[in-house]
Amino acid sequence: MKPILKLTEIRKSFGAVRALKGVSFELLAGEVHALLGENGAGKSTLIKVITGAHLPDGGKLEVAGAEVSHLSPSKARELGIACIYQQPALFPDLSVAENIALRLKKTGIFSRVRWQQQRANAVELLQRIGAEISPDSEVRSLSMPEQQLVEIACALGSGAKIVIMDEPTASLTQKEQHLLFKVVRDLRASGVGVVYISHRLEEIFALADRVTVLRDGESVGTNAVDTLTESQMIKLMVGREVASIYPPCEGAPGKVVLSLKNLGCAASGVKGVTLDVRAGEIVGMAGLVGAGRTELARILFGITPADTGEIVLDGAKITISNPGEAIARGIAYVPEDRRRHGVILEMPIAQNMTMAIHPKLFPGSILRFKAESLLAANFIRDLGIKAYGPEAPGGSLSGGNQQKVSVARWLATEPKLLILDEPTQGVDVGAKSEIHKIIRGLAKDGLAVLMISSDLPEVLGMSDRIAVMRGGEMVGVIDKDQADAHSVMAAALGTNGKEVAI
Amino acid sequence: MPALVAAIGIALIIISRQIDISIGSQFSMCAIIAGVTAASGLPLGVSIIAAIGAGAMMGALNGVLVAYLKLPSIVVTLATMVTWQEALRLWQQGRLLSLPDGIQWFGLSQPVGQTVVISIAFILLIGAALAMKHLSAGRFIYAIGTDAEAARLAGIDPKRTTFGVFVLMGALAGLAAVLNLVQSPQVQPNCGDGLELKTIAAAVVGGVAISGGRGTLFGVLLGMLLLANVNPALTHFHQPPYWEKAIQGLVILLAVLADGLRSRKNQL
Repeated sequence: MKPILKLTEIRKSFGAVRALKGVSFELLAGEVHALLGENGAGKSTLIKVITGAHLPDGGKLEVAGAEVSHLSPSKARELGIACIYQQPALFPDLSVAENIALRLKKTGIFSRVRWQQQRANAVELLQRIGAEISPDSEVRSLSMPEQQLVEIACALGSGAKIVIMDEPTASLTQKEQHLLFKVVRDLRASGVGVVYISHRLEEIFALADRVTVLRDGESVGTNAVDTLTESQMIKLMVGREVASIYPPCEGAPGKVVLSLKNLGCAASGVKGVTLDVRAGEIVGMAGLVGAGRTELARILFGITPADTGEIVLDGAKITISNPGEAIARGIAYVPEDRRRHGVILEMPIAQNMTMAIHPKLFPGSILRFKAESLLAANFIRDLGIKAYGPEAPGGSLSGGNQQKVSVARWLATEPKLLILDEPTQGVDVGAKSEIHKIIRGLAKDGLAVLMISSDLPEVLGMSDRIAVMRGGEMVGVIDKDQADAHSVMAAALGTNGKEVAI
Repeated sequence: MPALVAAIGIALIIISRQIDISIGSQFSMCAIIAGVTAASGLPLGVSIIAAIGAGAMMGALNGVLVAYLKLPSIVVTLATMVTWQEALRLWQQGRLLSLPDGIQWFGLSQPVGQTVVISIAFILLIGAALAMKHLSAGRFIYAIGTDAEAARLAGIDPKRTTFGVFVLMGALAGLAAVLNLVQSPQVQPNCGDGLELKTIAAAVVGGVAISGGRGTLFGVLLGMLLLANVNPALTHFHQPPYWEKAIQGLVILLAVLADGLRSRKNQL
């Protein structure tokens, strides 16, 4: 059978980060092909290449046997490629029928709206996927899964030959899931090729014909699903040996610095988190994207304050209702996505580093430039930041060095607890191990460190204990000597308590 | 000179990534309040404080709506602009208000009074420029204008900072109104019309980025001086003076365009 979609040696880099290092992938008509991989393995980048959102740096992309060189999103749609995202992208104030009609064909601005035909069309499509949604209801009033079904109807109606589904079941109930499975099987039966992305292994077994596993931007193989066991799949995903390049932990941890009891926040979906972090200890936080780890950090930093449970810091029960309060109490948070919020790129690094300590460093709020550049020079030296000086704008530094600036800003507050959110995301290998050394050094100096990371080897290599979150809850705390890639991944995926054989 | 004082405020507003188009109305309102209090026989000092206080309060209203209720500043200040304008129209019925003696040039001779007005404007400009560089508050204004979320994550309170900038804007509009008032024997209820256009144009042509986070008050001074020459230039070339506002509008458009091109280049 000829593949309807074929990718050969696709490469894509973002700055110094090589997101795809020559991935090959093919999709047959009438097949459900699952794409599996850890966070950051390159799945989303691959999808964006297929939908034309990213132009690959190299490699070949063929649709129905014909090579396509400059794929744009609109061209992808013409070629029959449709993508259903986790977050439906519909117009909330228009009706279902209007949304579907908008998606189906391009009309001129003065062409008449054929309401009857538009409605009939929507009814037919919704029936085909068995969705009980009125075509006249406003999209705003629909639930998330219903909106997803509308997206699928759009894809179906546009005659898509290649349908990509990105974690479509993430927010669905059991019943809606079954409905969706049926729709996917119907699509397959009618000769559509489906690229199916999910973290839930049981879905992949239930639906997919073949599975391609991505790891670190490379494909580690395509297999027929029925030749693999769940455990083999996990092994393919995590695969790597945990190298011994991580700095060793030294000394026993001290007293408990932070203690969380049943902490929760309804608004951000975190519930019942209980965890202790001791001085001199690095607690790694593992879990899938959206498991509630960043949300927990944001609670601790007062961005979305907790509404249940208690936070005990240094033996005293406290509440934290805004970042200023968190800083005053000795909590520091190095956010993920430093390009946007960790470092102000237009500002010199010295100004970035003192951003959180104005009241302390500048009494009377009069800036003292000497003190500022001295502090910056010290951090530049201590953390080995490569910059031409304290006056270099944040944007002129490489990713790893920006991250160090972000860390420096928070060390300047002399915190008791340092929360790091994806500290080495998008950082090249050399800078990564430097940052690891810095973090370990800080712990050695008695800082309590909570490190969120989606990089499994990093979590395993750096942490003294590993806390795993799933669906907003803490599902387990694993000691360093008992933790391995399998146990952490299995806990994060929640393989329904099934024994994961190694 | 009064416009320069208002331009200091508008520059801070734009640097913090907001806009205030109600400053013309604030200016008129403050001028009339100062004029009415002066006409009722109260001492000049009271009029000055009343004008600045009224400006600060109008600024505070904008500030609460923008910073704490998170409404877009363009809509908020459009609404307050019209509100103050129409309130003034109702109150004064468009009358010219004659000022008592002793108000013009602060009761001094014209050359001395002029010197006082110019000195106040320049002292304020230099003071504000120093504050932007040497006070935490100045740094915070640049920070929230560049990336409010990053600033918030660094423990800065963007709401309080934004609110403060609006209050300062109002107070400066009040002071500008006073400096304008003392230059003539009468005051008109529409004396602030077009001030927003003039000051925003001066700020953007002086290098204040309309997208926030960048700009200096020295640049605003240069922008003001440049625009002040538009009218004499029109006269020199025997063109009707009506072109002045069109040129100011065009200047804003060009500055926004330049800023847009610049940030697009940064994205690529």
